[in-house]
Amino acid sequence: MGVRGLVPFCPWNWCLLLATLQCCGASSESNRSTDSSAQSELNVRFAAASSQPAEAISVFTLDYDYVQIPYEVTLWILLASLAKIGFHLNRRLPRLMPESCLLILVGALVGAVIFGTDHKSPPVMDSSIYFLYLLPPIVLESGYFMPTRPFFENLGSILWWAGLGALLNAFGIGLSLHLVCQVPAFGLGDVNLLQNLLFGSLMSAVDPVAVLAVFEEARVNEQLHMMIFGEALLNDGISVVLYNILIAFTKMHKFEGIEPVDILAGCARFIIVGCGGVFFGVIFGFISAFITRFTQNISAIEPLIVFMFSYVSYLVAETLYLSGILAITACAVTMKKYVEENVSQTSYTTIKYFMKMLSSVSETLIFIFMGVSTIGKNHEWNWAFICFTLVFCQIWRAISVFVLFYVSNQFRTFPFSVKDQCVIFYSGVRGAGSFSLAFLLPLSLFPRKKLFVTATLVVIYFTVFIQGITVGPLVRYLDVRKTNKKESINEELHARLMDHLKAGVEDVCGQWSHYQVRDKFKKFDHKYLRKILIRKNLPKSSLVSLYKKLEMKQAIEMVESGVLSSTAFSTSHQAQRTKETKRLSPEDVESMRDILTRNMYQVRQRTLSYNKYNLQPQTSEKQAKEILIRRRNTFRESMKKGHSLPWGKPAGTKNIRYLSFPYSSPLPAGRDMKVAEFTDHDGSDSELPPITFSTHSPKESIQERRWAPEVIPMRSLHRAATPPHFGYRRNASREEHLGRGGRAILRPKPLFHAVDEEFESEEESEEEAPAFGSLLSSELRPGGDCNLSHSPLLQRK
Amino acid sequence: MPHDPPHSSPLWSSFKATPTAWGRSPSWGLPRLGPGCLTPLLSRHPLPRRAWILSPDEKVSQASLRRLYDRFQALDRTGKGYLSRLDLQQIGALAVNPLGDRIIDSFFPDGSLRLDFPGFVRVLAHFRPVDEEEEGNRDPKEPEPLNSRMNKLRFAFQLYDLDRDGKISRHEMLQALRLMVGVQVTEEQLESIADRTVQEADEDGDGAVSFLEFAKSLEKMNIEQKMSIRILK
Repeated sequence: MGVRGLVPFCPWNWCLLLATLQCCGASSESNRSTDSSAQSELNVRFAAASSQPAEAISVFTLDYDYVQIPYEVTLWILLASLAKIGFHLNRRLPRLMPESCLLILVGALVGAVIFGTDHKSPPVMDSSIYFLYLLPPIVLESGYFMPTRPFFENLGSILWWAGLGALLNAFGIGLSLHLVCQVPAFGLGDVNLLQNLLFGSLMSAVDPVAVLAVFEEARVNEQLHMMIFGEALLNDGISVVLYNILIAFTKMHKFEGIEPVDILAGCARFIIVGCGGVFFGVIFGFISAFITRFTQNISAIEPLIVFMFSYVSYLVAETLYLSGILAITACAVTMKKYVEENVSQTSYTTIKYFMKMLSSVSETLIFIFMGVSTIGKNHEWNWAFICFTLVFCQIWRAISVFVLFYVSNQFRTFPFSVKDQCVIFYSGVRGAGSFSLAFLLPLSLFPRKKLFVTATLVVIYFTVFIQGITVGPLVRYLDVRKTNKKESINEELHARLMDHLKAGVEDVCGQWSHYQVRDKFKKFDHKYLRKILIRKNLPKSSLVSLYKKLEMKQAIEMVESGVLSSTAFSTSHQAQRTKETKRLSPEDVESMRDILTRNMYQVRQRTLSYNKYNLQPQTSEKQAKEILIRRRNTFRESMKKGHSLPWGKPAGTKNIRYLSFPYSSPLPAGRDMKVAEFTDHDGSDSELPPITFSTHSPKESIQERRWAPEVIPMRSLHRAATPPHFGYRRNASREEHLGRGGRAILRPKPLFHAVDEEFESEEESEEEAPAFGSLLSSELRPGGDCNLSHSPLLQRK
Repeated sequence: MPHDPPHSSPLWSSFKATPTAWGRSPSWGLPRLGPGCLTPLLSRHPLPRRAWILSPDEKVSQASLRRLYDRFQALDRTGKGYLSRLDLQQIGALAVNPLGDRIIDSFFPDGSLRLDFPGFVRVLAHFRPVDEEEEGNRDPKEPEPLNSRMNKLRFAFQLYDLDRDGKISRHEMLQALRLMVGVQVTEEQLESIADRTVQEADEDGDGAVSFLEFAKSLEKMNIEQKMSIRILK
């Protein structure tokens, strides 16, 4: 199936492969001639240089060795990228299998080529390269893109599950394999307990993120999503720590016996390594957040600060023999929130994309290396060991899932159902992490390393291909609530309405768990952290730019879809009225349903959709903008009509809620001044726009009511928004003491996030809500029931 | 858990007497503290006493009530003791809900400006999951609980029926559609969809969808599940 996706790119791929092949041939030639057994980069380069005959200057020389490593690595990455393009060009393929399948297949292809040409692959994968260069970007990416809020809301369960789960798996697999090794018939007598435990620890590094894409499609619930994400995030760290400790033990064991004291020390070390790593991560996160506070004039280095500080946290932790992985994760999680508010929008985008890119490069390299080492002679096949590994992996995962969740369910308000647990069990896909750890086992300590590598590969292939491909159908099967296609339009519409309603009411109820801890942190955050870490007067108000964007978008949309039909509206409206009794053909009904299905707004999802390999344009973001535009329009519309509130409810309900002036300044003079600062041309980004409704210029507002431009600048909103005879003053005084809500507007950045990144950065949304909400309310409320009025299509009359 | 002196709490039953959230607000009577009261636990802001009254009849679990109360206080940023529309509008996710305003309106029946905690819970009680066992034991003479299928449906119906005449007119349908359908759909399409929707459900030919017709058009749907929030046990 993977091949299918590649088909359109076959010519390209083959060209590349041919190029690689030739070069490989060339390099192996020269390698042989130089007789370089050492494979380190420096040696190769040196050897290559020395192999050049030092005679006359030749017109044409080929020095492949000089560029071999970067050249081949680049080609690999290119090949993988092309394969990914092909994979995603095919619509059905991404649904069928996770993307890691594709990468493994590409790796195997490269491996086959390398094996076929008798070429030695460049040594991109050794212990120091892996731990220093390949691993950090992967970890940083998953830490940075973690949805913070749901993560901390489920922190207890996640730690319980990810931490203990990894340990239980590692020791369970290790010990039970050790039992198997005792059976003389299997010929595994020389594999000792420590080696088995080590193997168990590397087998416990699951990489379930690969299946998240499947879950998203099947709409699994948020808790489940977070458990899997959290596991992916923490699991690597824990198993690497365990792995390193066990390696240390093995080294020790070679020379002397292990005493109980050592084991205790190992346990203590495990805790210290973990906590120390997190500690350093948090420290560096704060430092980098603090530094981005001052970067407004050189925003080009903002991404650099983020990356370098994360990396520094990793390196510092590693220097001290602490867990670098946990450090970099903690660093990313800590700084994200503040950095995002400090850095400019472009830097923010850069950071996001660069992070994705780096991690996908790392992972591609690992997967390719996996393919390379799959096809080769360095395997040792032992049926018993491999089959038992496979079986034990499943059994222990099942045990750990059901036991740990049984326990944690006792403490959870909303327990995980058996269905959820089955899904978690089934998502135990092993990935790049396990392979790298197995591949990096020192041969001197592990005479049977080949066996371990083979077993790991088998488990990875089994889980990635078989489980990865079947998990989608399984989730769909377990999820009995399949919508049946034969719905009437009524059902379709009402169902969606109810979904929105439910989502809305859920938002009203809030996410609740760990409220008190969170509240405390929030207070602390507000009182100290934000003041220290976040730039005070953010220069370019992203609020303004958001509005400009909204205006632009609105203009475009109106041109594209709305204007023509809305000019014809008044007549068509009448015409429709008369046609009302006409029966529609089934095809019409069908197409209507189609239109509805495709165009009705999606219900918001709290956990953003996460794709390990890609940053997807968020449709929800687009939708959010659209909804905002509409609500704004309806607000304007109702302002324009001068409060002729169309669908009567008692006037009391329409009581206008103006938000007071954002600076909570009760002085009319101050208000005047602020409004006056709004110059007409849109370029005046520099001023933070106070959303306010000034009462001081009724004349002006009457003039403004003539609805001239399609795209009105922000300023006109202020003017047009003057309510002539509604109790602004009364309300203002009432609302002014809301202080907090008003002040929130002072922070434009979160406001922007709330709109634009609502579904992307999700963290902090509670924090952002006030600003966002008050913006809306200040804008929309005068309409009271602005939703009663019109779509943008009807804007112009 | 220190409790105030025991009292019975008749109030929640008065919620039940009003079949929907739109009904009259219950007459409060003298504030009393029932066994379901949470007073001592929730003392961020002392509230007027009657706000504590939560009935055991409503079967919203204690834990849920406590959380709801926490939430209520969190939403009530200034400690007024009630929520205003503005408080609800400040919920970020609700702002990008296409039905956000209507949902907020549904918390403020009859044009009231304040939403107190019992009112809050009463609206949310519509979304409590239906407990089958409980449903079986119910005395048929009692009024339906707020989370019954019919009341859930009625809640949804109210989101359409803006003028509260008990019918979804074509116009109201069109408005709801406009809110929920993206801008790509032209007005004509929307109109014909609205026509069609009304036609489809309209059985008596009055050009509008009454509540019964609405309920009928949804009879196949699992409303109990669709309109239940599992956090409101």
